[in-house]
Amino acid sequence: MKFGFALLVSTMLAVPIPVDARVIHSETSLYQNILVTQDGTLRCMQFTIRKDHRNQSCVDSTDSQRLVFAYTRMMLAALLLDPSPTRILIVGLGGGTLPTTLAQLYPDAHIDVIELDPAVVKVARAYFDFAPSANMRVFEQDARVWVKRAAAAPTRYDLIMLDAFNGEYIPEHLMTREYLLETRELLVDGGVLASNTFAISQLYHNESVTYAEVFGIYYNLRSSDSANRVIIARRGSLLDPDTLARAAIPLTISLAPYGVPIESYPAQFATKPDWDTNARVLTDQYSPANLLKGRH
Amino acid sequence: MRRTTINGLAFVGGFVIMSLELLGGRVLAPYFGSSIYVWGSIITVFMLSLAVGYLLGGFVSVHNPSIKRLSLLFLLGAILTYPLVIYGEPLMRLVFDRIEDPRYGSLVAAAALFVLPTLVLGMISPYCVRLMVTEPNYSGHVAGTLYFVSTLGSALGTLATSFYLVLWFEINTILILLSGCLVGVAGIGYLSGRHE
Repeated sequence: MKFGFALLVSTMLAVPIPVDARVIHSETSLYQNILVTQDGTLRCMQFTIRKDHRNQSCVDSTDSQRLVFAYTRMMLAALLLDPSPTRILIVGLGGGTLPTTLAQLYPDAHIDVIELDPAVVKVARAYFDFAPSANMRVFEQDARVWVKRAAAAPTRYDLIMLDAFNGEYIPEHLMTREYLLETRELLVDGGVLASNTFAISQLYHNESVTYAEVFGIYYNLRSSDSANRVIIARRGSLLDPDTLARAAIPLTISLAPYGVPIESYPAQFATKPDWDTNARVLTDQYSPANLLKGRH
Repeated sequence: MRRTTINGLAFVGGFVIMSLELLGGRVLAPYFGSSIYVWGSIITVFMLSLAVGYLLGGFVSVHNPSIKRLSLLFLLGAILTYPLVIYGEPLMRLVFDRIEDPRYGSLVAAAALFVLPTLVLGMISPYCVRLMVTEPNYSGHVAGTLYFVSTLGSALGTLATSFYLVLWFEINTILILLSGCLVGVAGIGYLSGRHE
């Protein structure tokens, strides 16, 4: 018992919650716990008490445009492949950082956002100043169901961003080859997909081969400081380095307020597999993503 | 020996029912999501099917009960489980295209896929009780042991499926294994009851 308590205390001490981070709102939705914390000027939406970067969406009140996390900035590297998207689909709202940023960058673009949890939409509005613009629609639905229905409609997108994995639990039906094929169907020819995915554990290998099967060669963008990896794929062949470098020039200016080092990304785009190419492809028949996440 | 065989059959019945129920969530997810109402649909369908199965199982156990006939229930269960592998996808597509609301969509799809096998598997327990009860004094004892064994099977079916089977096999492979398992025990039951 005493040992158990000591263990508990030491475990708690190992968890890096800054002392001055206050929980200013917490609620339990149908799907997850939602915590809003305030740490100095930084306000974050978290889904676990652990301060795990993958599970966060933060806004800095002194510089509300600055994208706090590397993976959010990396998602915008997709713009190198299409610097002026007119129809954008975002799966997963979080604090609303990506939709808000894209709406500011492209005020005339039509943006559709899908978020499973209505409570996340409410919290984003109340605590993160998320306000859908006139040409933004927010659907509170399961992304898989939405995408399947959208395939029957004529709307296609220039840019799709997948950022649906906020909580501890991964929705396994959003990891499969079939889901990615359905999503790919929603892209125009030459359309671009950016996906925030897992960089560690066995899941990295399975996810990598699954994307490769659906999209062929893609840009793999990893950063040393996060457990995230961003996949940037295109419906059609990838672009040559010169085109990417040219696209970076105007973006450098427009993305400067957000702190996105866009000019540095082309050099980081990796196309050579650094994963086990014999890993099993995730399918609707085989998708134990949560079990694979725990394996190393 | 006879008693052990019957309890063993009930154990397998319990195992298959819960394994099937858990797979139900995975089967429906690509069309209806994996929200709480999808699980609500699945559990509702399984509970209703089992309820009717218990009623029917008790009803058919009245006349000439035998292990041989019990084995036929297992065979029937297998025959009704296997088609999920082939018809599951087109059936869900059919429902998905006609019902917009994923709550009722998942309810109708779960019913279309799982009512028949679960109903037949539900018939097993009361039928087993009938086969083992010889004296009224011990009827509760017999029923208690049987519930124990079949619920233990259910627990193991849940655990095995969610912890290991989905990590090793495709869903269709597990469905085929479950059907095979039912055919296997039907054979064992039939052989052990051939002299009755």
